[in-house]
Amino acid sequence: MTHAESLPAWAAILVSLLLLLGAGLGLVGAIGLLRLRNFYERIHAPTLGTTLGIGSILLASMLFFTVLQSRPVLHEVLIAVFMVLTTPVTLMLLARAALYRDRREGSAEVPRSTTGEG
Amino acid sequence: MRRVLPFPWVSAALLLLWLLLVGSMGPGALLLGAALALVGGWLLAVLDPPRTRLRRPLAALRLAWVVLVEVFRSNNAVARLILAPRTRGRSSGFVRIPLDMRSPAGLAALACILTATPGTVWAEYDSARGIMLLHVLDLIDEAEWVRIIKDRYEARLMEIFE
Repeated sequence: MTHAESLPAWAAILVSLLLLLGAGLGLVGAIGLLRLRNFYERIHAPTLGTTLGIGSILLASMLFFTVLQSRPVLHEVLIAVFMVLTTPVTLMLLARAALYRDRREGSAEVPRSTTGEG
Repeated sequence: MRRVLPFPWVSAALLLLWLLLVGSMGPGALLLGAALALVGGWLLAVLDPPRTRLRRPLAALRLAWVVLVEVFRSNNAVARLILAPRTRGRSSGFVRIPLDMRSPAGLAALACILTATPGTVWAEYDSARGIMLLHVLDLIDEAEWVRIIKDRYEARLMEIFE
């Protein structure tokens, strides 16, 4: 039911650019997962996709549907809110689990715990 | 009133969320949303979270702007780091940052901001000594990072939450 061909040229160009930027950032994040050297470095890579990457894609979606006026554009705001709330929690959980395990194994690469446990 | 609506703001947000998700303002959506908002408030009351109030909404808006600018800047920086040839000498590492902030809500906000921003991940917090452990992807100067965190984020968050 979307009539993409009735989108004016300026909007089509803007939507495409935003989608390309978002997809590009997601791709760079994925490349980062391959190229970075250890777990703690790799955990930084997906944040590209989950901040500016998802932001541009949501903006493109809002623009597309606003111009076509096919539905209210506020769903994207909700997606952004959920991303902002859930991503850091997951990443912190992963980082802390890795830290705990490395300390248990006596790795010299991670700093000692200041609390004296773990 | 407090028995029925222990967290009025949370309940209002839940109702708004529901209406946005359904995309309608009909009586059915309103009724279901109101039920959801009420039950959500009660469930939260059972969890008994520490009460926090946002003291300075304007300061919060300013902080949101600072974070937005930082997200743009660090996306660019981290993308460059990932795509740069491996030959460049770069070192990632952990930094210990002493924090003066003790408010749980402020600390949670700081953790989310730092982890969501590319290039930094919050790794640990020692609540007895108030020391936070941060992993930085492009670590050049540790003292510089301590200064950045304290000036850019901690001072503003303390203004908002403490």
